Amino acid sequence: MPGAFWCIVEDDRQGNPKKVMAEVLGEAARLTGQAGGQAEAVWLTDKATPEGVKQLGEFGAKRVWVLENAALATYRGEVWTPLLADLAAKESPQAILAPVTTRQRELMARLAARLGAGLSADSTALALEEGKLVATRPVYAGKLLSKVTWSKTPWLVTLRPNVFRPAEPQAGASPQVEKPAVSMPTEAMKLVERKEEAATGLPELAEAEIVVSGGRGLKGPENFVILEDLAKVVGAAVGASRAAVDAGWRPHRFQIGQTGRTISPKLYMGFGISGAIQHLAGMRTSKVICAVNKDPEAPIFKIADYGIVGDLFEVVPLLTAEFKKLLEK
Amino acid sequence: MKILVMVKQVPDTATQVKVGSDPRAIDTAGVTWIVSPYDEFAVEEALRIKEKRGQGEVVTVSLGPDRVKEALRSCLAMGADRAIHLLDPAWDGADTLATSRALAAVIKQEAPGLALFGRQAIDDDMGSVGAQVAELLGWPCASWIMEEAVDDGGKTIRVGRQVEGGLEIFDLPLPAVVSAQKGLNEPRYPTLKGIMGAKKKEIKDVKAADLGIAPDAPGLSVVKLEALPPRPPGRIIPGEAAAAVKELVRALREDAKAI
Repeated sequence: MPGAFWCIVEDDRQGNPKKVMAEVLGEAARLTGQAGGQAEAVWLTDKATPEGVKQLGEFGAKRVWVLENAALATYRGEVWTPLLADLAAKESPQAILAPVTTRQRELMARLAARLGAGLSADSTALALEEGKLVATRPVYAGKLLSKVTWSKTPWLVTLRPNVFRPAEPQAGASPQVEKPAVSMPTEAMKLVERKEEAATGLPELAEAEIVVSGGRGLKGPENFVILEDLAKVVGAAVGASRAAVDAGWRPHRFQIGQTGRTISPKLYMGFGISGAIQHLAGMRTSKVICAVNKDPEAPIFKIADYGIVGDLFEVVPLLTAEFKKLLEK
Repeated sequence: MKILVMVKQVPDTATQVKVGSDPRAIDTAGVTWIVSPYDEFAVEEALRIKEKRGQGEVVTVSLGPDRVKEALRSCLAMGADRAIHLLDPAWDGADTLATSRALAAVIKQEAPGLALFGRQAIDDDMGSVGAQVAELLGWPCASWIMEEAVDDGGKTIRVGRQVEGGLEIFDLPLPAVVSAQKGLNEPRYPTLKGIMGAKKKEIKDVKAADLGIAPDAPGLSVVKLEALPPRPPGRIIPGEAAAAVKELVRALREDAKAI
């Protein structure tokens, strides 16, 4: 149906849409409220559970397109792109939205090339202006915002997690389900194995609502344990500055910044991080920023909402204890 | 094996960027330009593949105005054999897809065994060009790779692709497109000999017509650039650590409602 805003589903590979889908579908519903049309979910998966479909409905999808096949267990561009492109050619959606994850970034870029459409990647705001979508994206290490628009539909967008307001789940909503017949494209890439990271018991950095992050001020890899203790109490992910990663204290996947992850949590707490431009690029869209550093001149204090000038080795355990007291109430 | 490495010249992270007189672009006066860091990982990896195989050719490609020659020259100084500069006013204002089309055309002409990209350029952070080139060429593609090994026969490449929660190991038939993530390698610094040698290496200018393509209207265009709205002024919480921590937790809970 023309006018639909498609939302490409990111799932946990066990048949459950990730919670970021509430944000993507919430934004699609908000925009279709102005532009007309409806929010729809498109789910490529090897296991589409009824609970997952129901959840997408509760997040606001009026219709769920389910493309289910064992060959879709792992993302492969040469398989996923033609499937989506063929469906888009048939259904002519107005817009195609997806959350920023490593695979969605690649998939949406390929889809844009295949459809000859524009893509605004890692967008932090969307608005309709005179019937046309305008996206806002941070550029130049987050020093500037770029407003971009499309010359034609479909409008392709990837959305930065934790920035858009999630949909209020509507209990009992039941979406229309479509299972179009698909012929699977030939695969070129062969999966050898998937190496899982050791489970930390903490949320994934890119989607965590609270992030605790350490820099050179931690003085050594062994001291990250005090941040992990704090993180466990508040349910946060633990990140690190480039200095800490380049020193070999944390694996690269935990790096926040220009050559690492870009995050936008509800609460960011930085400890012993000076706040080089490199780092700010990866966290400056956080809603609340709080910093602890010995140096009152540290640049991070310029963008922090709250700061404590002090010794993190003294502050962090106190903070952990205080949060524990608060959250046990 | 011939390897093509696509690089982009970008402003240094530490450089000041301001909105230009045309609000859709930055003021380039006084900007220090560098090769985008992820692209340096790609150049380094190409050189390592060539060195390991004991033969082959590394060709770097970049699209942009005259100043881009400097970026290509620094890739040559690292050890690349020659360079191709996509230089044509027709590409001014090229969006991601137009850039991808130009690069795909040059890759098709050069017919390498492998096309290497950085996972994204640190100016516009779009992170789309490698994947789009793969789509346009119909080549397999692995983005955000942390490790790779080309088989002895030069027929396949095994890569480790970083994804949320793990690493996916894939075999891709060549030719293929891969994009470099940080952690793949540590790029070398050009030696004095490399810098001197780079001056004699070829940088070939290529125009749109040489590739048989006519740049088309952009699918996505910049309406304007804006300075970041300032964050509301913050508050340094004074006092002894214990008291400051109490006040911080109270403020995060009651004022900011962040926890």
